[in-house]
Amino acid sequence: MTEILTVLSKKKFINILPKLNRRHSTLLRVTFSSLILLCIIAASMLLSNDRIATNFDLKNLPPSMAHPFGTDWLGRDMFTRTIKGLSLSIYIGIIASLSSVIIALILGMGAATLGKAFDTFVTWLVDLFLGMPHLVALILIAFTVGGGAKGVIIGVACTHWTSLTRVIRAEVLQLRSAEFVQISRQMGKKPLWIAIHHILPHLVPQFFIGFVLLFPHAILHEASITFLGFGLSPHKPAIGVILSESMKYLSTGMWWLAFFPGLLLFVTVRAFDSIGENLRLLFDPHNAHE
Amino acid sequence: MINTSFFKLILMKILRVLSLLMALCFISFFLVSHSPIDPVQAYVGADMTRVGAEQRDQIAKHWGLDKPPVERFLLWGKSILKGDMGTSMIYRSPVSEVIKQRFLASLALMGIAWILSGILGFIMGIIAAMMNGSWIDKIIKWYSLTLASTPTFWLGLLLLMVLSVKFGWFPIGMGVPAGVLAEEVTLANRINHIILPALTLSITGVANIALHTRQKLIDVLESDYILYARAKGESGFKLLLRHGLRNIALPAVTLQFASLSELFGGSVLAEQVFSYPGLGQATVQAGLRGDLPLLLGIVLFSALFVFSGNLIADIIYKLVDPRLKEGKSI
Repeated sequence: MTEILTVLSKKKFINILPKLNRRHSTLLRVTFSSLILLCIIAASMLLSNDRIATNFDLKNLPPSMAHPFGTDWLGRDMFTRTIKGLSLSIYIGIIASLSSVIIALILGMGAATLGKAFDTFVTWLVDLFLGMPHLVALILIAFTVGGGAKGVIIGVACTHWTSLTRVIRAEVLQLRSAEFVQISRQMGKKPLWIAIHHILPHLVPQFFIGFVLLFPHAILHEASITFLGFGLSPHKPAIGVILSESMKYLSTGMWWLAFFPGLLLFVTVRAFDSIGENLRLLFDPHNAHE
Repeated sequence: MINTSFFKLILMKILRVLSLLMALCFISFFLVSHSPIDPVQAYVGADMTRVGAEQRDQIAKHWGLDKPPVERFLLWGKSILKGDMGTSMIYRSPVSEVIKQRFLASLALMGIAWILSGILGFIMGIIAAMMNGSWIDKIIKWYSLTLASTPTFWLGLLLLMVLSVKFGWFPIGMGVPAGVLAEEVTLANRINHIILPALTLSITGVANIALHTRQKLIDVLESDYILYARAKGESGFKLLLRHGLRNIALPAVTLQFASLSELFGGSVLAEQVFSYPGLGQATVQAGLRGDLPLLLGIVLFSALFVFSGNLIADIIYKLVDPRLKEGKSI
């Protein structure tokens, strides 16, 4: 009797969860991750700035229903600060990774189409930028620009194009020897025409996936550089600022100051990572059989 | 075995590194000299009211800041070639001295993390690949992917909060105990202070190498000679030891050498969180307080560090991998 029951319940269980093939589950994951990110952006617009105004009546409160992430020593709501900081990070991440993807696209295509000298130059340039540790390069650039969001965006854009450039260059080199490109060349089309009509369309998936996958790096580096004191100004609600401030209050046992903001940063980064990886699985024909 | 083409290749690599370093000198000097942060102002800092215009001019003259950038670059470049990197403004000692001292502290930290994460990551990768598809594999994969998106400094803060503040097992920061003379610091003190930052770096450093090794070993296990070995009745650990290990050890070592750039970046963050007096902390200080000679020196030194890592990786590949010994494929 009991056996029959367990079998029945198992069957029911299976019926409730519809059978997903890989495509479905991948799409589901992408949707879920995108929803998290949309929630963060929407929440940052809905939450009012009053909640991060100084209010000494509410200072040093541990997490509660009214203040899910607690409050800091100035009575500012940590949840609001975190969400606003994260949406700022997301904006900076969009600009920075978009510009580095464009740099990668131009250099990668140029290296593969404009002849040997330019190719040597681009690989040399890639080596140059890979040679400096990212963080040191970021500090140098932030120092040059004088800190602020501009420094972070320029710094991240200047340091993250290298790996994608390599990928795009390899892809273009492969495409260039493809038959349809050879035929087009035989028919007297100009290199620029071929580049735009025959090569660029093939790079669109690489472009998007590269963009999404650069995102987590951009956000992490933005937070790191702000944490070190070179990035966004201390008056802005930024995760890096929140975490570096929380270091001063660490020994007092106010764990919520560092724990929740970092956790949400981690969730954001992971969400972007999972969107990028899953999109790659969907788009990239090389992974289709896996 | 080692023929002239090998030496030629190494020579070419070294020449390339030299050209990159020279370009780096130029670029970093150009960048730094265009900074809106005035080094004199940064140096004077809070004493602004007590330092007059005359004294500022004197400070500028003392550092040679009154000359035009091109002349300064030539002067600086000349002394760099002689091995003199100038004097650090905040530590008031030669830059090479500061870098040497700080780097030794960082080297201990990075070395521990490098070896620990290399070995652990390698073993985790092997276990995951041997049990491909099992729950252990899934856990290791999930762990590695998750760790790749964890901010290093947040992880450091968490460890600090749990292990130091809550349990009190480790000191909260610094390289040595506070209030103890430099001569009285014991090795045990130093070890006690290095564990947490090294642990932070190792935990995150594992991810890359584990995933890479796992993928390589899975590829190897799918090959025909493994199939043949299995057909002969070999399995498990013996199979791995005889046929798998040699194929995956080399890429792992190379990857580990090539990851020095990330390790350096991670150590900057870890040193900041644990206020460990290493090169990373000096970098941050140099940037925040406008110490140009030190910042330039560290940029060059860190680049040299990364380049040597990459060069070693290349050499190991060329020396050890029999498939590349022909010398024609680069």
